[in-house]
Amino acid sequence: MGTRIESLLRSCQADRLVVTIKTGTHLPRRAGALNGVIVPEQPGKNAIEVRGVRKVFGTGENQVAALDTVSVSIRENEFFTLLGPSGCGKTTLLRLIAGFDFPTAGEILLHGQDIAPLPPYKRPVNTVFQSYALFPHMTVAQNIGFGLEMLGKPKGETEARVAQMLKLVKMEALKARRTSQISGGQQQRVALARALAPQPKVLLLDEPLSALDYKLRKEMQIELKRLQHETGITFIFVTHDQEEALTMSDRIAVMSAGKILQVGTPRDIYDRPAERFVADFIGETNFIEGEVKSAADGRATVRLSTGAEIPASLPEGFTPSGSVTLVVRPEHAHIGPADANASLRGTVENVVYLGTDTHLHLKLDDGSAFIVRRQNSRGGGEALAPGNRVGVAIGPNAAQALKD
Amino acid sequence: MANAEEIARAADARDIRDRWLLSAPALVIILLAATGPLFVMLAYSFMLKGDYGDVQFGTFSLDGWTSVLFQRDIFDDTLGLADAHLSIFWRSISLSFYTTVLTLLFGFPTAYFIATRPPKTREVWVFLVTIPFWTNLLIRTFAMQQVIRNEGLVNTALMALGIIKQPLQIMNTDAAILLGMIYIYLPLMVLPIYASMEKLDFRLVEAGYDLYAGRWQVLRRIIFPLIKPGVIAGSILVFIPSLGAYVIPRVLGGGKNMMLGNLIELQFGAGRNWPLGAAISITLMVLVMIALLFYVRNASGSEGAHG
Repeated sequence: MGTRIESLLRSCQADRLVVTIKTGTHLPRRAGALNGVIVPEQPGKNAIEVRGVRKVFGTGENQVAALDTVSVSIRENEFFTLLGPSGCGKTTLLRLIAGFDFPTAGEILLHGQDIAPLPPYKRPVNTVFQSYALFPHMTVAQNIGFGLEMLGKPKGETEARVAQMLKLVKMEALKARRTSQISGGQQQRVALARALAPQPKVLLLDEPLSALDYKLRKEMQIELKRLQHETGITFIFVTHDQEEALTMSDRIAVMSAGKILQVGTPRDIYDRPAERFVADFIGETNFIEGEVKSAADGRATVRLSTGAEIPASLPEGFTPSGSVTLVVRPEHAHIGPADANASLRGTVENVVYLGTDTHLHLKLDDGSAFIVRRQNSRGGGEALAPGNRVGVAIGPNAAQALKD
Repeated sequence: MANAEEIARAADARDIRDRWLLSAPALVIILLAATGPLFVMLAYSFMLKGDYGDVQFGTFSLDGWTSVLFQRDIFDDTLGLADAHLSIFWRSISLSFYTTVLTLLFGFPTAYFIATRPPKTREVWVFLVTIPFWTNLLIRTFAMQQVIRNEGLVNTALMALGIIKQPLQIMNTDAAILLGMIYIYLPLMVLPIYASMEKLDFRLVEAGYDLYAGRWQVLRRIIFPLIKPGVIAGSILVFIPSLGAYVIPRVLGGGKNMMLGNLIELQFGAGRNWPLGAAISITLMVLVMIALLFYVRNASGSEGAHG
């Protein structure tokens, strides 16, 4: 676990350059590699805009609001992820964009045009289904060509494009096979090729990797990123896997109970969660309580139960007063002597060695639990054992205050 | 070692013998009850007819078979086509064909409707479709007669509404037989189509819509190929009994509009020509087998396509 988060963080840091550029006013130009069509990114232009969308299933007393007034903008050429536990409404939102369901209220704009009332076959949007939904009575090539055929493209053009797609997903050798005669990973590629072949404005992916085994899933994650880069198509990706979301996305929307809680880059979401749910859902987290001493300009000084005062960053547009909950990631806290300078003090309860790093499970003096992650080095660092008294130092950029 | 092999072989032989012995009662019943009467029919078709029905045992004649399609002229004894028989064959085949096509036309949307209901209500619909099966065929046919006869529901209603002045003559026409057969055999079309439709993965339909196929194209290119086995099974289940229908043409078609079933009955009854009756029966069976052969070939073909 430690290794994974560590490497995730490293990749997030590597991503940051791209991410900060992308979120700024200037967006990099990325040319679509397919068919020689250049798809330039235009600053600030949104591929999809969801405005105040509500979706209610059932009638009368059985009414369930799957989506509760959701608004979000997805930029062109973005790898955008809807992340949340099952039942949070992420798939419902995807189905509304695809056109399989129609919103109870609100509008969905595709390049500024409201597509919410259009049937799915009139939307330049394609879907990769969780179950792949490949047509069992057609070959791999027929599956990939189906969309183009339905669009009434000339036969020659369709064939050329199918060949191109087969090459893109490396399935040339199996083009004449029935879809039941290929493996799950291959079916996944065919599903991708089929959805990409008609060159949709937006590609929707509904947990496409969940049926694959771990190793294949890792490969496909990289493959998906490559495809998104090469085609220059906006990807909207639905997943409940936080790790998948962090590694692949340009931006993530964290959803819970039919609402979007926070939208941001993977680093934003991980480092600066705005709400308890977001902090808890993504990565490992320590929650500590404190009293706000002062708050202004996105920063606050918080007094902890030990009497120590630490700085904390604030969610956008939020100025707390009174008691507040802070989030401190285990790798952002450090072990120190249990003296008056320590932010927190407690006893070591458990030491878990994980190869690249070690988890120290502490019991703080106020009775709450706290986890610190230390990177291991050969022969370095003093060995801690259960029962040792330690202090915890929380650095100036380690704590984030939560809205709730 | 050789000894062990011998013992094994002997045990195998005993196994095979026991298997035959144990299934003997079932085999005897099947042979006697199912194929026995067929052989009797086959034998009868090659005998001379008796004067008061029955056959003359020990005789051999092809008269029964020739009179299926031909008849001897009363005056000069030359063979000519039996127009009456031909028209009955034609009526049977064409009415069965129309019945199959029309039940398919009505049955397909019905099956689609049921298959797209929530699972709980689906069962209710299937039950409603099968209700006619709980009622005797004769009663259902007479019920149909009450609906379409001159003083029946349809005519009374149309006249009361002032749409027609004279009652429509539906009874005793081919149309009446067709109506009756559609009504009686519709469930046989709906159920197999529903069975394959229920297994249909509706996400494939969504995938079709997603890939720019309109409603008609989704039906033609995705739903239909996938439920083809059900359509073929339903068509066969309707076509075969239609071909041999007896009660429906008798009650709704009157005496004139006969189908093969009625012709056979006539030969064994008033016609007193058992060899001809037997020959027509076997002809009917061959027609049915041709239809079945068509089914088996198509069904296995499409199964292969599904992998």
